[in-house]
Amino acid sequence: MDAPLTGEFAHIGKSVVIKGELSGSEDLFVDGQVEGSIELRNNKLIVGPNASVKASVSAKGVVIQGTVQGTVNATDRVELRKSAVVNGDVITQRISIEEGAFLKGKVDVHGEPGKATVPAAS
Amino acid sequence: MKFFRSSSDQAPPLAVPQKRTRRSSGIGEVSRLLNSVENLCVLDLGSTSANNIRFLTEKGHKNYSEDLLRAAVDPGLLVKNPDGYWGLDSKKFLEENLVYQNALFDVVLCWDLADYMPEVLVKPAIDRLWSVMKPQALLLSFFHTRDAGPDSPCFRYHITGTDMLEMQEVKLPPMSRGPGDRQALRLQRVFKNRHIENLFRDFASIKFFLARDAIREVLVVR
Repeated sequence: MDAPLTGEFAHIGKSVVIKGELSGSEDLFVDGQVEGSIELRNNKLIVGPNASVKASVSAKGVVIQGTVQGTVNATDRVELRKSAVVNGDVITQRISIEEGAFLKGKVDVHGEPGKATVPAAS
Repeated sequence: MKFFRSSSDQAPPLAVPQKRTRRSSGIGEVSRLLNSVENLCVLDLGSTSANNIRFLTEKGHKNYSEDLLRAAVDPGLLVKNPDGYWGLDSKKFLEENLVYQNALFDVVLCWDLADYMPEVLVKPAIDRLWSVMKPQALLLSFFHTRDAGPDSPCFRYHITGTDMLEMQEVKLPPMSRGPGDRQALRLQRVFKNRHIENLFRDFASIKFFLARDAIREVLVVR
């Protein structure tokens, strides 16, 4: 999924700058700048290719195509696409990382050892 | 009716990056520790590798990734010395990299970082690593022998088995991550055994593994 169809996700466009606490109960696509925190307890966050997120992120699932600086905490799954730049720790149950993604930080895959899935780089 | 597709309709085949494998005694020793102790803290200093993260997290260990070679060629480290020459600021390098206030590592995977890093950053980086490792922790590093030649490509090492590595040539993307040529990395020097021993003189012990492919593997105990 690159950019979700309008209506499926709440959408923060690339010209939008948000400073503060962002929380919600629907899926969110961020392509602008966010500084602070993002919390989507039972929903999915997509960080678009133009996004610059300086925030602690907490969601059910997180897909990263742009830049994230801060801790990423997903109860289900994190996907780092090839253009992703992450400076911060990633805590999740499952993670997939594409070839070319950049990660500086800790990866903590919690859950039962052996059930963690990190698909090989394509 | 066209029975055969003209060859001109087909896109030229994409160049597939060549991947090589090598058996590694060093990673074999590291794997022995990873398989026998739970919940270790491992620092991987190569570029982000899904293989390595999977290998480590499947065993229940914590994996820290830091692409130190990429950080070492950051143009932001260049400073003009009082005598007018440009040099690298090792102090700034250590302020921005290898900063772990809440982590002490059981295993550090250095790969062949020291062979490709600028000279002025090598010793400070090794000293910093010493300070973020637990006593008895392991550090694995590779060093080329003179036979490798100065054009020896820089490889990213992916762990594919208990003592097997897949080698993928590394070319650094431009720092802006925009379009542009990728930088090929050049071997900076060839360390002799005495230099390697000096580099790790603060560590408790050092073990050399000789291989056939012009690379010496060095396993160091903190």
